[in-house]
Amino acid sequence: MSQTVTIVGAGVAGLCAARALAWRGAEVTVWDREPKPGPHHCSWWAGGMLAPGCEGESAEPEVALWGRDAAEWWTRAGAEVVRNGSLVVSLGRDRAELTRFAKRTEGHEAVDAETIAGLEPDLVGRVSRGLFFRDEAHLTPRDALRVLRARMAGEGVRFCTGDVDPEALPGVVVDARGFAARDVLEGLRGVKGEMLVLRCPEVTLRRPVRLLHPRIPLYVVPRGDGVFMLGATQIEAVGDRITARSMMELLSAAYALNPAFGEAEVLEIGVDSRPAFADNLPRVERDGDVIRANGLFRHGFLLGPWLGERVADMVMEGRDARCA
Amino acid sequence: MREFYGVALDTPLMLGTAQYPSPAVLAESFQRSGASVATVSLRREQGAGQDFWQLIRDLGVHVLPNTAGCHTVKEAVTTAHMAREVFGTKWIKLEVIGEEDTLQPDVFGLVEAARVLAEDGFEVFPYTTEDLVVAGKLLDAGCEVLMPWGAPIGSGLGLNNLFGLRAMRAHFPDVPLVIDAGLGLPSQAAQAMELGYDAILLNTAVAKAGDPAMMAEGFARALEAGRLAFDAGPMEPRDMAAPSTPVIGKAFLE
Repeated sequence: MSQTVTIVGAGVAGLCAARALAWRGAEVTVWDREPKPGPHHCSWWAGGMLAPGCEGESAEPEVALWGRDAAEWWTRAGAEVVRNGSLVVSLGRDRAELTRFAKRTEGHEAVDAETIAGLEPDLVGRVSRGLFFRDEAHLTPRDALRVLRARMAGEGVRFCTGDVDPEALPGVVVDARGFAARDVLEGLRGVKGEMLVLRCPEVTLRRPVRLLHPRIPLYVVPRGDGVFMLGATQIEAVGDRITARSMMELLSAAYALNPAFGEAEVLEIGVDSRPAFADNLPRVERDGDVIRANGLFRHGFLLGPWLGERVADMVMEGRDARCA
Repeated sequence: MREFYGVALDTPLMLGTAQYPSPAVLAESFQRSGASVATVSLRREQGAGQDFWQLIRDLGVHVLPNTAGCHTVKEAVTTAHMAREVFGTKWIKLEVIGEEDTLQPDVFGLVEAARVLAEDGFEVFPYTTEDLVVAGKLLDAGCEVLMPWGAPIGSGLGLNNLFGLRAMRAHFPDVPLVIDAGLGLPSQAAQAMELGYDAILLNTAVAKAGDPAMMAEGFARALEAGRLAFDAGPMEPRDMAAPSTPVIGKAFLE
């Protein structure tokens, strides 16, 4: 008889856990408050960059290690992964930021104006130096969540809608509720992120571009069809409204990257509270009969696969996450 | 050692709490450096940042809330009141930014805000320039501590105006003086202590280091070295060599 598992939470953490478990033959049921992926999940607002190299700039070394195989995992799960690398640039006098970034990260090559022009013609004349992370990738989070869910539904994973308490459920239960689990997870905090979705058909980018600035760092992720996601602030607070300052800073940085962004339509404004532990690393822990998988911070799509596989290790093989 | 509004600090290091890779690294930086004061910005992280406030309180050091990002007297005063409520302290690091590019203080607004806050019972730590006239007016306004910049915030350029900072120390021998902003290296912090300054305040140099906690410890050790040097009474530099062993009577002088 196969192992049965109930997962509570169908954001990126819950769906990755479900995916990994179903691959290993478990009989999986997933509960969520909402019937489909949407703005109530913070993964709905993610950038979708699979950039273990770039993240090494400020994250613990584990992030690069655990995120190494994310692009392959997502491809295997059916998501459309774009493997065009990522580009990190700075403007004029902020070059020191680029030097600093290069020192803290691995897997990049320094590129000059000519190479940048070949990679991203729409940055010509704006940036003259950068770092190219050739092996990195990106995906569109909302599509990835939908595909993941649809495929699993086709394979027999059951999706149920309702507000359930993981503690009250029988059998093996995975609590992947994200920030909503803060009542049972000591030390889980919310880190506010603010982002914008713009439509700007005049600009074409083939890969995520990070603009370094000492005060206002920005990333722009192309979503195709002239749509871009701009992000993201990282504020030690919880909240559901963007501040005028954040919006001005994000837009002004995008404008500096290419003035055509000034003509863009603002399609969406997104704000969420990303669940994080003190070291900003995710955890998979056993708590009585419940397995808590949480703390993906700003790395939902980069570390979701790792988290899912560790949950599966624990359920199917009784292995502890840290030893994996 | 000069006291800060009646408080003697264990170490002369005041450390900012922004821009760290994670709260865990932030806490480790405080542990390894023994920093005695944590500055925290309310402006940027206002709202329901209760978890972060708790984290700062848990560091177990004096909390010095700041008004970073305020451009007017009114903003600064409002932020100071919010800080008093959140942290239950009269201390406030007063920043009134006058120029976006260099983030240098608007000293006119600073003096005015300092007066309003001091009259309201706040203990004000004003972020100022090394200008002696402004310094005098801040003291008149009720400040009992002065915090001149070393260089623009986040620039890491060190002590840009040695003459000015030395003059400030000499003019206000009884006032606790803190170098606030612009330090990039421990050697610069040591230099501040060698000038007779009472403490330094920094953030970026630690938070943005490859290993923030190790850098914080580096600063702590430099501060100790600089303070020992000042207390020990440094020699006076001179233009000529002064041999430490007798030269007369040596067999060969050439």
